Amino acid sequence: MTKATLNIAARFIILVLVQVLIFNHIDFLGYINPYIYILFILLYPANNDRTLFVFLAFLLGLSVDVFSDSGGVHAAACVTAAYIRPVFLKFSFGTVYDYQSIKFDQMDFGSKLTYFSAMVVVHHLIMFSLEIFNISKILLILEKTLFSGIFTIILCLIISILFSKKRK
Amino acid sequence: MQQIINFVLRNKTFLVFLLLFGLSLFFTIQSHSYHKSKFINSSNVVTGRVYQTANSIGKYFNLGKENKALLEENRMLKSIVHNMDVDTLKDILKDSLKLNQHFKFRTADVYKNSYSQSTNYLTINKGAKDSIKIDHGVITSKGIVGIIENTSQNFASVLSILNTRSRINAQLKKTNHIGSLVWNTESAEFAQLIDLSKFAPVAIGDTIITGGQSTIFPKGILIGTINSYKLDTGGDTYIVNVKLFNDMTNIGHVYVIENLQAEEIKSLQKTKDD
Repeated sequence: MTKATLNIAARFIILVLVQVLIFNHIDFLGYINPYIYILFILLYPANNDRTLFVFLAFLLGLSVDVFSDSGGVHAAACVTAAYIRPVFLKFSFGTVYDYQSIKFDQMDFGSKLTYFSAMVVVHHLIMFSLEIFNISKILLILEKTLFSGIFTIILCLIISILFSKKRK
Repeated sequence: MQQIINFVLRNKTFLVFLLLFGLSLFFTIQSHSYHKSKFINSSNVVTGRVYQTANSIGKYFNLGKENKALLEENRMLKSIVHNMDVDTLKDILKDSLKLNQHFKFRTADVYKNSYSQSTNYLTINKGAKDSIKIDHGVITSKGIVGIIENTSQNFASVLSILNTRSRINAQLKKTNHIGSLVWNTESAEFAQLIDLSKFAPVAIGDTIITGGQSTIFPKGILIGTINSYKLDTGGDTYIVNVKLFNDMTNIGHVYVIENLQAEEIKSLQKTKDD
């Protein structure tokens, strides 16, 4: 057990607990909840085993699902987000950038915003489509994705800035 | 053979992704069908303990409101008891042990409540150990909450009426016209009564109660009042928007109802079907 493994495990547990105990009950304007546990997927070290990462994302989603009685919607959204993450990493940081050595603490704000937004939108879209599970309510799905997505992106940015190791 | 192994090794991330995505789809689809969400639900030991800890801190914030609700309920029960005929009262007091019970009430605390998704569930702190079983009804002093869907040793999860899978037999209070109470996911304050005959005398403000036709709830549990209504596209039935008496976003203590005659009624209906 290296320090990095412990760090990831702690992040996993803390994010799930914070999500199910606090952020699932915000219900801003009746139904808007931020899903900040996606930070685990966003900030997972980029140079690690991808298969393990997809599996961890599944476990993360499933833990949130168990707590919120939602079947497998979070799990499905999480594995998809984890699987396509390299695409968005390349997209946000440029193909020239060797994304194997990205340090999330040091990336500039613009790329971070693009990366976070793309990941959150994909995650939320899959999650709400599966949760509502009714193609005739596509407008409701898009509406929820938009509002919850904005909320999630803002909170994720704030949290990642607050807890970044960079000191000025 | 070598090639197959090579292919699997090369694409192992994609295969793992497909497998896990398929698995979560399976859980999702299963959770959309009634009484089949056996694996993934919040009535297990781990989630139960976590919610128990959180609830032991959070419950103090609502004590004032809870007290008020209990006081109000006590007032109502007292007014019923003291306005009763003295003779019947004596009979009841004399024979309270021999009363022919149809329904058994148990109390429980709500550990987790959700109302912002399209399939909402509650978790309560009583389970199989307290003789709570699947298909028991759950109410508060103000009105209906839902139906027990899964139980573990110490906890149970409740299918809320704010769930697209919930379908509860309901009727008008003043006549016996029945319909089904469903939810269209739009607001936690309103549920919809569908399949109500167009011959029913519907008026805004009328009370909706549970019908006696299910084996889950006794007849006459309060649900809500009619807020608006319209004929459905077929023109044969009303779709009624019901404003719930319960504030579904704020539920602390609940009663779990067991119908002691449910088995008898069900077996009778079964023999009729055969």
